Amino acid sequence: MAEILVLVEHVDGSVKKTALELLTLARSVGQPSAVFVGDGIDNAAATLAEYGAENIYVADAAELTGHVVAPKAELLAQLVAEKSPAAVLITSTAEGKEIAGRLAIKINSGVITDAVGISEDLVATQSIFGGSTIVHSKVTTGTPIITVRPNSAAPEAAPAAGNRADVTVALSEKATSAKIVDRVEQEKGARPELTEAAVVVSGGRGVGGAEGFEVIEKLADSLDAAVGASRAATDAGWYPHQYQVGQTGKTVSPQLYIASGISGAIQHRAGMQTSKTIVVVNKDPEAPIFELADYGVVGDLFAVVPQLSEEISKRKG
Amino acid sequence: MKIVVCVKQVPDTWSEKKLDPATKTLDRASVDGVMNELDEYAVEEALKIAEATSGEVTVLSMGPEQSTETIRKALSMGADAGIHVLDDALAGSDAVATSLAIATVLGDRGVDLIIFGSESTDARMSVVPAMVAERLGLPQLTFANKVEAPGDGTVKIHRLTDYGYDVVEASTPAVISVVEKINEPRYPSFKGIMAAKKKPVETVTVADAGIEPAAVGLGAAWSEVAEFAAAPPRAAGTIVTDEGDGGVKIADYLSEQKFI
Repeated sequence: MAEILVLVEHVDGSVKKTALELLTLARSVGQPSAVFVGDGIDNAAATLAEYGAENIYVADAAELTGHVVAPKAELLAQLVAEKSPAAVLITSTAEGKEIAGRLAIKINSGVITDAVGISEDLVATQSIFGGSTIVHSKVTTGTPIITVRPNSAAPEAAPAAGNRADVTVALSEKATSAKIVDRVEQEKGARPELTEAAVVVSGGRGVGGAEGFEVIEKLADSLDAAVGASRAATDAGWYPHQYQVGQTGKTVSPQLYIASGISGAIQHRAGMQTSKTIVVVNKDPEAPIFELADYGVVGDLFAVVPQLSEEISKRKG
Repeated sequence: MKIVVCVKQVPDTWSEKKLDPATKTLDRASVDGVMNELDEYAVEEALKIAEATSGEVTVLSMGPEQSTETIRKALSMGADAGIHVLDDALAGSDAVATSLAIATVLGDRGVDLIIFGSESTDARMSVVPAMVAERLGLPQLTFANKVEAPGDGTVKIHRLTDYGYDVVEASTPAVISVVEKINEPRYPSFKGIMAAKKKPVETVTVADAGIEPAAVGLGAAWSEVAEFAAAPPRAAGTIVTDEGDGGVKIADYLSEQKFI
């Protein structure tokens, strides 16, 4: 079966769910090989094999993670030349897309970003214009490079050999020209990363102020969810800008999206319309967000949301 | 310091966008064009750096005739000159071809900083800055929410990440992309709008730049849209009015759907 290279997202060897999603997707188009960059392979190898990695290519040179994007693209270009895979799959994060873009130029191949599905013949499904249009695209030149959005597949275990091979990469001087001199971790509490979370709880103009977000956060925590905000809320300074969901912010596609006090302008819908299940709380029955709702309550969010948080905590015991 | 800021004219953020059935590319004719919102931050950042280093800012846009509006807007904000990469052969270019055209036009102009917005609100790929850096062999300083370019040949940014940010250093020339809210873009003043009318805008064709026509445009794309369709409408949901038990009702629904 054709080899499919999968770039693994991980934190010090703790494999992210997105990598398991990619391995699962890769199995439907060929035989996945994991590409693991950085430290921690001893923690990761068993998981990667369990989810179907036939081979695990390990590259742990410090230059790979100490510089912006370019070294990872060079590593993948080298692996494509050596292994002639049928495709390269990368998670559709900001960095993942940049790696894909540089790789495309290096290996003269087409690139498709933000796929939400891949068929057997490597046709990628994309959901564009805020989910209003479904597109099927194909790479026509070179080795297809496809970046896939988080939550596009449910990870399924399928044990494979997981043969480890260390990769030595010869990096060019140009690849190491943008040096990371410091990593600054900003406190974000225990909540999951917004774009990867299975559940997202968002608040908008109806939340009315920064203190109002406490009820949103409380609901999020009862569901182990990430917190999002509409542009109206971030522009007003009620919630930090990096949590904005929408056309000029993050695109999310969780299993469950709960929108409170958000009217549903295109700007916002563009960032959340592909969520699997959408629940809406808004006091305006005419709010366009109700068009997307699987379940909606017309009412005051400050009555409904706290009641919901309490009810969830009760039922979870 | 010589700075080029790359801007794109896109359909208004608040408009409904469609694909043209014939070319399977964005229908740009049926919607109002505006400067890509994120590019306004790039223009502002370029102007701030130029003001602090006695530099000059050239605005570059690749796109059809009406992209001159977007170039003029950047000029009225304070950019010194414009480059309009304009050629029918470029229509339908994908990110690969777009990066080729931009890199070719800018390659030998002795630019110190090339600044982009981090993404366009229409294609939303966010890959062109990285691709241009790749093609020109320049340091990639993308997704910046802080830029320090004091004009001494160094440049340092804060690159946004999942966990916070990375501090990244390089020497110029370099390619930068900036994220929303890095600054507060200025509004063009009346004086600025009047002055913009007299500023030079150079039109560059594919032939002028020495770009192989076959390497750009829709026909040169390395990926293609096989087919597209409107997304199936979401099935109508259940909407109830809160009668004091709205939260409980949602909890019932979430239990039914096995979320709790």
